[in-house]
Amino acid sequence: MSRMATSNILDRPLGRSSGRGGSSSEGSVVSLSAFAYVYSELVQYHQGRAASISELERRLESAGYGVGLKVLELVAYRAKETKRETRLMSILHFVSSSVWKALFGKSADSLERSIDHADEFMIVDYEPITSTFVSVPPDLGQLSADAYVSGIIAGVLDGAGFSARVTAHSVNVEEGEYTKPQGGNVVTGLPARKDKAVFLVKFSQEVLARDAALER
Amino acid sequence: MGFLHLFIVNKSGGLILHRPLGQSAPRIGTNEWLRIGSTFHSLHAIAAEASPVKLPGNKNSAGADDGIEEIRGGGLILKCLQTRTGVKFVITAEPGTSDLDAVLREIYVLYSDCALKDPFYELEMPIRCELFTNAIDNLIEKVESGGFKTR
Repeated sequence: MSRMATSNILDRPLGRSSGRGGSSSEGSVVSLSAFAYVYSELVQYHQGRAASISELERRLESAGYGVGLKVLELVAYRAKETKRETRLMSILHFVSSSVWKALFGKSADSLERSIDHADEFMIVDYEPITSTFVSVPPDLGQLSADAYVSGIIAGVLDGAGFSARVTAHSVNVEEGEYTKPQGGNVVTGLPARKDKAVFLVKFSQEVLARDAALER
Repeated sequence: MGFLHLFIVNKSGGLILHRPLGQSAPRIGTNEWLRIGSTFHSLHAIAAEASPVKLPGNKNSAGADDGIEEIRGGGLILKCLQTRTGVKFVITAEPGTSDLDAVLREIYVLYSDCALKDPFYELEMPIRCELFTNAIDNLIEKVESGGFKTR
């Protein structure tokens, strides 16, 4: 039996570490440009096969769903949590901080509960990387290129036992709502975005009932 | 700083973007623009043939086709950045405007960011990316206020 790979595969960084100059503690770094090009191709691929805007969004969401299932397992394992989340608020906190940090390097900008509907929550990201370079043409109206990320969220929630319908929306940022560093995106040098991505999470009825029962 | 116009010509000579960059820029109609674009495209190629110095394969040191790089007139400077892929970025400005090369290069970077990474942009087609036009306006504003530093 080989004595080389004694480290647990789940502890190894995702992707190939460059290996030449010693260990990389963060795992290998992928350029934003590389990701943007691959994602752009993914969107174009699905756009060619979808007949409508909602079908395109559904395709992107199902593309992200599988990622969500796997990310849930990996992040939960690495967080060394001995108990799985059973409460609604804790799984939402898990998604908006641990999962976001693992995927995007920062936690989600805010987690809100909807005032009108008790079963709706919103996760807000002011600079989602899936739509950093995307300009949606006016004839595609309400399409959000972040549908992929809403698929990831749905995968994480479904895998954890909280079935939910997650949709991505682009909402205008109000004046003074978010103080952008140096008046623009520091990484890309582009001017500050006028809209933020809001992921609306609508849990199904049995999840809410179960959570209410656990409350007592 | 007196930037006048920016126009971008694709590799077959068609105009894919034209944009006024300042108040002093004269109004030019769309058809006129299309004519300017294709005329410049042809002149750019012919200039390489007419030049007394011929580069091997007509390609300059950057790997792009040789051709017109700058036109200086009494009331105008025109600068052109030709890329390896055949896209030409042309900027016009009043005489005395500095940093035109740096601005052109920066616009090239913005093009590769906002247009090429946009899944809804078709290559060689007119650019309709809001992000690109906003970023150009933002860049020109930054240059005019003196806050621009080359990368």
